[in-house]
Amino acid sequence: MATVSYKGATRRYPGTTRNAVDKLDLEIGDGEFLVLVGPSGCGKSTSLRMLAGLEDVDEGAILIEGKDVTNLPPKDRDIAMVFQNYALYPHMTVYENMAFALKLRKTSKDEIDRRVKEAAKLLQLEEYLSRKPKALSGGQRQRVAMGRAIVREPQVFLMDEPLSNLDAKLRVQTRSQIASLQKNLGITTVYVTHDQVEAMTMGHRVAVMLDGVLQQVDTPRNLYDSPANVFVAGFIGSPAMNIKTVTLGADGARFGSMLMPLTREQVTAAGDGKVTVGFRPEDTDLVAPSEGGLPIVVDLVEELGSDAYVYGHADVNGEQERFTVRTDGRSAPSLGDTVYVKPRGAHHHVFHAETGVRIA
Amino acid sequence: MKRALVVLVGLLWLTPAAGLLVSSLRPARAVNSSGWWTFGELTFDGYAKLLSDDRMLGALWNTVLITVPSTVLVVVLGAMAAYAFAWGRFPGRDWLFLVVVALIVVPVQVALIPDAELLGNLGLFGSIPGVVLFHVAFGLPFAIFLLRNFFVAIPRELLEAARIDGGSDGTIFRKVILPLGWPAIASLAIFQFLWVWNDLLVALVFASPDSAPITYAIREQTRSFSSNIDVIAPGAFLSMLVPLAVFFAFQRYFVQGLMAGSVK
Repeated sequence: MATVSYKGATRRYPGTTRNAVDKLDLEIGDGEFLVLVGPSGCGKSTSLRMLAGLEDVDEGAILIEGKDVTNLPPKDRDIAMVFQNYALYPHMTVYENMAFALKLRKTSKDEIDRRVKEAAKLLQLEEYLSRKPKALSGGQRQRVAMGRAIVREPQVFLMDEPLSNLDAKLRVQTRSQIASLQKNLGITTVYVTHDQVEAMTMGHRVAVMLDGVLQQVDTPRNLYDSPANVFVAGFIGSPAMNIKTVTLGADGARFGSMLMPLTREQVTAAGDGKVTVGFRPEDTDLVAPSEGGLPIVVDLVEELGSDAYVYGHADVNGEQERFTVRTDGRSAPSLGDTVYVKPRGAHHHVFHAETGVRIA
Repeated sequence: MKRALVVLVGLLWLTPAAGLLVSSLRPARAVNSSGWWTFGELTFDGYAKLLSDDRMLGALWNTVLITVPSTVLVVVLGAMAAYAFAWGRFPGRDWLFLVVVALIVVPVQVALIPDAELLGNLGLFGSIPGVVLFHVAFGLPFAIFLLRNFFVAIPRELLEAARIDGGSDGTIFRKVILPLGWPAIASLAIFQFLWVWNDLLVALVFASPDSAPITYAIREQTRSFSSNIDVIAPGAFLSMLVPLAVFFAFQRYFVQGLMAGSVK
């Protein structure tokens, strides 16, 4: 159990111009479950590997429980890691896989046995202890990888997309198991994923990265409610938020025939003739033609049973723009229909057209 | 059909060995007058004569003294170097590896004279350590090449997991690389063992009568061919038995894959 701090941590791969991780500042609390999320190549895995000691830190520092570990080898950091492909030792049994780290630390035989059996019980692996990894299913291998980390009783758990090799159903199930396991053990955890649903459902806080730069770190609720910039707004939420850059009027943003009212402060802050506005598919209603919505032509309807996602396009200031709206599954429009969409209440998000930064 | 073909090929390959075995059991005059397939009278005289001949026995023992260290050293040094070339981090690693690979194509003949001189200066010419040294030097490039390419295919995450679990380079080498590289190491050991065991050229150049291996001794016997065929055949058969045994002991590693289940 420990805190983790990234202090301006930077990783630059030789022969590249852009930093893979650029001046990352991040404080992770004791017992916290922090998720690093972002598209591939955003530096989330690199950040994790820097914490693990598998990747050099070119600038800045990394601290675990206040102790500078920047130049320590992995074995001196008291961390355990779960890999995407599990990385189980194929020539060892499940028991030996879990006991390996403890053996190297010269833990007594009785203690090893106690801890391995305890972890095996926790993960329902007891009957597989004498098997080799190749005789296990994907889900079981995943649990062995977790077990190998748990028996270490480390200060920090590192998990690098541990669920991405599981099928969809098992992934959802394991997701909640990992979350509750982490809660029970109370061990600080850094978890990397590219899946924003995983990030939102598991993390106490979520750190969103893009191009090696930390974009925002906050609770899932706050990320969803007030994304700090256009990228976070588009990345968090599924289907993605409708984000359009449109003409700025004195009283709001103009979507063709529809006016989206903005406060005076927002208009002033947006400045220069243009403004970026976003509204989520689920914060949007289909309204009657007379209610001042934006007319869109339906291109595609995705029926999910409870809901339906309506994809359509509209002519906004001379440009074809695509929109997504969530609606009741039982009253979805048909292909080719023209429907009128209107963002609900004050749930829209305003960003600076140039910088993409949120305007409160 | 397929099985019949395999059996046929097997028999074809076995025939010379069987011929040698039969010849080794026949008296010298019978060998000289008729082919081995006529059998006739069989005797262990040849073996008795061989086993009482100190020079042949000494040569067989010399072969062991040359082959075992040559194999062990090549495998051990080769594996360590291969690990460094595959996973170590040091400047010029890949260039150095390229040089090692290039050394594979240097023919032994090119080095005979300079190495004879070198071993002479070291006082090792004509001694068993000298022969071993030469075999090790010429075995290493291929060993490093083979093992490095095998080690490099071991998933990176496995080594990283071992490092996080607290393994040093030495631990990772012994507990992860060696067990996983076992099929390649066993194959290499067999090849190297067979090469050295059956070598004649290096022995002719670098060995002296005292340090001569069995191949050398058998060749000596052929000078007075007719009188010594009863020793040559048993000697040849005995010297062949050991590589066969080695091969049967390790052959399963040729095909065995150990990587299953490590990742994914």
